Amino acid sequence: MATVTLPVEEKKKSNEQEALITGAEAIAIACKLANVDVVTAYPIRPYDTVMQYISQLVADGEMDCEYIVAEGEHSQFEIVKHASVCGARVFCGSSGVGWMYAMEALTVTPALRVPLVCMVGNRALDDPGAFGVEHNDALAVRDLGWMLTWVDSAQEALDTALIAYRVAEDRRMFVPLAISCDGAFLTHSQALVKIPAAEQVKKFLPRYDRGDLLLHPDNVISVAPQVNEDWVMEIRRQNYAVTEIACDVIREVYADFERTFGRKYGNPFFEEYMTEDAEVVLLGMGTLSTPVKVAIRKLRAEGKKVGFVRLRWFRPFAGPELAKCLERFKAVGVIDRDFSFGSPNLSGVVATEVRSAMYTGSSTRPPVIGFIGGLGGREVTVPDVEAMTDVVFQAAKGKAQPLTQWIGLRG
Amino acid sequence: MSTFVDEKPTQNLEAFKGVKKVPHEEYYTSGHRTCQGCESAQIMKLMAKAAGPRTIVLGSTGCMYVANTSYYATPWGLPWMHTQLGSSGSSALGAAAAFRVQMRKGVMKDEPINVIAFCGDGGGADMGLGAISATMCHPDYNLLILMYDNESYANTDIQISGTSPYGVNTSFSTPGKIKRIMNHRWKKNVAPLMLVGHPTVKYVGTISTSYPLQAMNNVRKALSIGGPTFIHCLNPCPKGWDFDPVLSFELGELAVNTGIWPLYEVENGKLKLYGKTEQIASGRFKRLPVRDYLLKQGRFAHFIDDDIDYFQSKIDEMWNKWLVPGIIPLQREIEAE
Repeated sequence: MATVTLPVEEKKKSNEQEALITGAEAIAIACKLANVDVVTAYPIRPYDTVMQYISQLVADGEMDCEYIVAEGEHSQFEIVKHASVCGARVFCGSSGVGWMYAMEALTVTPALRVPLVCMVGNRALDDPGAFGVEHNDALAVRDLGWMLTWVDSAQEALDTALIAYRVAEDRRMFVPLAISCDGAFLTHSQALVKIPAAEQVKKFLPRYDRGDLLLHPDNVISVAPQVNEDWVMEIRRQNYAVTEIACDVIREVYADFERTFGRKYGNPFFEEYMTEDAEVVLLGMGTLSTPVKVAIRKLRAEGKKVGFVRLRWFRPFAGPELAKCLERFKAVGVIDRDFSFGSPNLSGVVATEVRSAMYTGSSTRPPVIGFIGGLGGREVTVPDVEAMTDVVFQAAKGKAQPLTQWIGLRG
Repeated sequence: MSTFVDEKPTQNLEAFKGVKKVPHEEYYTSGHRTCQGCESAQIMKLMAKAAGPRTIVLGSTGCMYVANTSYYATPWGLPWMHTQLGSSGSSALGAAAAFRVQMRKGVMKDEPINVIAFCGDGGGADMGLGAISATMCHPDYNLLILMYDNESYANTDIQISGTSPYGVNTSFSTPGKIKRIMNHRWKKNVAPLMLVGHPTVKYVGTISTSYPLQAMNNVRKALSIGGPTFIHCLNPCPKGWDFDPVLSFELGELAVNTGIWPLYEVENGKLKLYGKTEQIASGRFKRLPVRDYLLKQGRFAHFIDDDIDYFQSKIDEMWNKWLVPGIIPLQREIEAE
């Protein structure tokens, strides 16, 4: 880690350091700042660099935690699940099929109300093998009570990890949270990141308190007994209740983050780029924001009024708010770095969700064109974005377009 | 010489010196819905009593979850948590790690807490074997994995597991018109697997609920010695083995007296056979024929003499040919020839 010390006057003011680090390293540093108690690792690219950094932090005495290398992802997630029930702040993560290998553990974690925070280094699912980004791994848990967020820079990765602990460990929530970082594009790309001071983080992030749900000899409780049809529905309803308030809790935490650290994210749920006077917008998650923003600047120079909406939080999905935002435009193009074979309109996951949100949340319901691209780590290029924008403009003019189109596909 | 293993003190539980010295307090009481004559429930009760109040218990899926802990009717007087079928190893590791780090950081009272994870044979010998094996390799954490073995997936309707006996009739291995024997597998030798595969483990043992005082004291020893430990308990199951519940205790004894279920413990690498097993090994007790054990159970009712003879020959081999009789199935080269 190359550390750049700021000039004294500025340091006094912000008490921050700046360093050139990758997205994975940013999350490792956030874990250190959050004083995480138990970390479990298992190798799979590309998420696993975060564990290399944490291992080094532990070996150097910079981070005090139990660092356990598990024998598979299922155990990796089960170990931290139980550690969290016993009062520890926990961290782990995975990628691609590793995440799927942990699926049983991922299923029970929200049901047990465990505020596990983890990182998904998004990766294509096997087969065939590909190291590059696809979002189907993290999206596989979208119906199970997990909170899912996508970040697009190392700075946002660090900040979101701190926010994640506050949100997940809020007593009203107590559900797991996965921070998705696009494999390679974010996990392995360096950028200058402002690292907040430990005392500030301590103020922002109180110790995790499991309260009356703590598994400890002083608190004799039975956790997760067999309930059958007598109670399972009521217990599911409690998880549902979390999703009813999740957006409010997230808003509160972002406001507090801004007060504490002075960094603003505006609307927590989605970022808008050049949308103010836009006629059409593209929408997507993660690091495709970079080529899209470059292309938009180019298209704007050509007089085409296009903007971009980057979705940060997929679960909870800020449906009404997003629908209100999108109905301002004449057409919307959703870029999915995922697939949902056999879905309505054969679209990707995000396009389907956006259409669903628009159906109830918008009175105008502009056309929503779905694009599937950038799979397996293929770049979404500036010409790709230009081509998509053309299609969306056609749709805006009322010319019917196929509802799902694959972009950047070879021959 | 220095070691980086960070050992933490245990509760150092002394052995109960006789039945009359066993405390009256129960930490596993009424509320469970297990069958009459269930020896698996019996080991839960003995294990909880042996461990005492400063304990948490993690129970993987199986009879001792589904039949045991109904909402609002838990039998547990200790903190208890359900864990996934294959997660007894990971659950114990997670709990032990959480306690240790919080005590080190001064946010939890520093005291030795017993961490016990139990699993059935399906959870332990089949699905959870990898996680238990991984956990046995972590010398820094004090914990006990107790595998109660009723020799089938008894909760899901009696299906063969890795520890089901050869030839047994289960709902996945019912004898038919052409094939009398559907389960060709020999019972997995789980305790020695833990023992031989994990050289730093300080305690591995077998117990039987037919010898309750000994079973409790072995649990206490496993909890006191430090590091990860493993106990394999054989539990006759009236429903799965198809016998009158009144015979539960007797079948446990017969399993030992026929030499099918050897009782032993390995403490810091030293093997000690105990009870009738020790007498069998030293020649002071002649093993009873396996026929006496098998034919008391409906699950072997389809056996013909050939099957019983085969079963007997395998048990004879175990005692006459194995390098460590009854335990380690290596044979001396000269004998193998």
